[in-house]
Amino acid sequence: MITILTKNSPVLIPLLFLAFGLIIPLVAWKRNNWAWPAMMLASLTSVAIAVFNVFKVMEKGPVHYYMGNWMPPIGIEYVLDHLSAFVMLVINLIAFLVLMHAKKIVPLELTRREPPYYAAISLLLCGLNGIVITGDLFNLYVFLEISSLSLYGLIASGEKKSPVAAFRYLIMGTIAASFYLLGVGFLYITTGSLNMADVKAILPSIAGQPTVLIALALMVLGMGIKMALFPLHGWLPDAYTYAPSTSSAIIAPTAAKVAAYVLLRVLFFVFGVSFVTKTVPITNVIMWLAAIGIIYGSIMAIAQKELKRMLAYSSVAQVGYIGLGIGLANPWGLIGAVLHVLNHAFMKACLFLVAGNFRFKLGHSNIFKLEDSIRKKMPWTMAAFTAAALSMVGLPPLAGFFSKWYLALGTIKSASTNWTSWIFLVVILVSSLLNAVYFFRVLEKVYMKPMGKKPKDVHESHEKHEKEETIEIKSNEVGASMLIPTLIMAIGLIVIGLLNAIIVKGIIAFIIPAGMK
Amino acid sequence: MTKKDNNPIVSLVSRAVSPFIMLYALYVIFHGHYSPGGGFQGGTMLAAAVLLVRLAAGGELGQLQFKTSWGMPLGSMGVLIYFGTGFTALLLGGNFLNYHTLPLGSDPAAVRGWGILLVEIGVGLAVMGILVAIYDHLLEGDPL
Amino acid sequence: MLDFILGHYAYWFTFALLVIGLYAMMMKKNLVKKLIGMTIFQVSIIIFYISSSVKWGGTVPIIEPGDMEKVHHGMAGAVEAAKYINPLPHTLMLTAIVVGVATTGVAFALVISIYKRYKTLNETELLKRMKKEDDNDSD
Repeated sequence: MITILTKNSPVLIPLLFLAFGLIIPLVAWKRNNWAWPAMMLASLTSVAIAVFNVFKVMEKGPVHYYMGNWMPPIGIEYVLDHLSAFVMLVINLIAFLVLMHAKKIVPLELTRREPPYYAAISLLLCGLNGIVITGDLFNLYVFLEISSLSLYGLIASGEKKSPVAAFRYLIMGTIAASFYLLGVGFLYITTGSLNMADVKAILPSIAGQPTVLIALALMVLGMGIKMALFPLHGWLPDAYTYAPSTSSAIIAPTAAKVAAYVLLRVLFFVFGVSFVTKTVPITNVIMWLAAIGIIYGSIMAIAQKELKRMLAYSSVAQVGYIGLGIGLANPWGLIGAVLHVLNHAFMKACLFLVAGNFRFKLGHSNIFKLEDSIRKKMPWTMAAFTAAALSMVGLPPLAGFFSKWYLALGTIKSASTNWTSWIFLVVILVSSLLNAVYFFRVLEKVYMKPMGKKPKDVHESHEKHEKEETIEIKSNEVGASMLIPTLIMAIGLIVIGLLNAIIVKGIIAFIIPAGMK
Repeated sequence: MTKKDNNPIVSLVSRAVSPFIMLYALYVIFHGHYSPGGGFQGGTMLAAAVLLVRLAAGGELGQLQFKTSWGMPLGSMGVLIYFGTGFTALLLGGNFLNYHTLPLGSDPAAVRGWGILLVEIGVGLAVMGILVAIYDHLLEGDPL
Repeated sequence: MLDFILGHYAYWFTFALLVIGLYAMMMKKNLVKKLIGMTIFQVSIIIFYISSSVKWGGTVPIIEPGDMEKVHHGMAGAVEAAKYINPLPHTLMLTAIVVGVATTGVAFALVISIYKRYKTLNETELLKRMKKEDDNDSD
């Protein structure tokens, strides 16, 4: 039994989530609160399998798995190499921590609708894991649509404007997936194959045809919409803001990054490095759009009043970093981009969980209404927020510094051939300053005011009068199941920052595709 | 759907024709690998047979043939049949969806044929259940 | 020139449907009309794939009974692949059609939810009511 499971480990995680997508409504038919334990069981198993996959890849190298024992290029194959194992581990780990946090807040925001909600999350994770691990272009479209449909449902289950936000995302997401499908169609009629490795082998002999250029443009356009590359990011602020807290916390670290992963695969592993940098310099376009997106996202985030909307615009900027790393097309940039996938997942998930804690205890997450008594009432939450904010700004030894460091090294290296890359270095530094502005706004509002005023809210029944001027406020922190994931992520940022050399040398260094110097 | 006039011709003809549509839909599912057809097409026709009666007769009469509460469980069962076939193949030694390892006979081509047939039945049931469920839920305004 | 236009007529149809779908999605104000445009857009891609699988003089991709005997007796190369049309794009497009149906289902559920909350399906009116709700909320 164990050998069967280990032999088939590449395909197990999508299958597991697909099965649980059906099992969770069955289990929770009579009692709604059996849905969360079932979901946690699935998530824990998936983390275990993802860790096993990472170790398997690190000792044996890339693993190929053939569905139905049909050999490629006829059959569909699943490729487990370093990049897919790494991204899969990030997705499943983040999902596990966010789902641990979801135990208390989902019954608050979505009463009596938990079983379909968890089933939708399970199908979302099935789709995301499937996108990461597949080696077939059309199978990627199928999993892309599975994850997108679940996403529309997850976003629409909030209150107020969430159906409109989900509708806007639906229209744009369907256009994006259709463009990707059209690109795959063009590739299919010129190369005759749908397998990624096979297309890469056939492509150099037909590289000059207009069909291939149009295919490249369509696929980049489709994945750019999904990844919220500037100026195709219009769906993102509304979608992240009006979704329920758990949805935002799962979608923000993973969905856009998986689209960036697809862009990486398509650009470097299907079309080849020299095609996308010299023959059709589309990486230049991506670089410039990403750089503008970084500045735009950071500036718009400064103008926001609500915490989740600010984090949404910040996500636009951070995905710009990943786009910049992909567009640089040299090893340092690529290492920076992939490391930033990991770092940003932890940082954004921690920040959205903090916003969820605020909504749970205070009922809102508006920055200007946050009182300075928060630092006494929710000390651990604010500590996690501070750690994540410092990491976003890029202070060593927290994790955010190292990915920006690698990206900066990438721009310097690219500047040796192309002097405009110095502009990107300036963009990275300026955006760190802008990040500092909008995060320190919150920190100043909470930490910098002296504790002299009488707090005006109703949880004062446990106050103790020890001094005349200041009133002791009992900590009104959120419960353990919501606090522990937040703290684990904050500590994880420090740990990843200290261990980043091991991570880079162990996994990420093997991701560099052939032909990139 | 909420109009009260029951045109007798429409009501009678739709109730008379619906079983024949279902029969033809079963033929389409089962002959998927000999002629154009298969799981999706047959499932859609099964759903059409049910929805015809609901549209024409409406209300109580439309529920007699296929209750609303059967839609989602039938869909889930269809997906579980598909998943179960593939997973059984995985547990018995092959890769996922390798029908060769299913214990359904000895001739390799015939065993794969039976495996595909099981999968097509699963797909047909799933499509039928889900299409009827979408119709029912959109119509009574109950967002799931 | 005329040869070029008439020879690629399938692609011209695809192109026309694509543009009609995009126009409907962008320019029409009613949400349901936007959805119709999205469906037309997806159908154009389906037609593109199917038109790439057709051959002059090709037949349905089902092995004829006479050829089946030869395959069973193990003669290699018995089935002439060139006389059948390519069945793979048809299979891919089955999946794409079902994806389109599912997306339309989800989209209509969202439209019904929007209608229940805002009582309108016109985009300009919807934006006005959303703004009014925002102003009421932030007081």
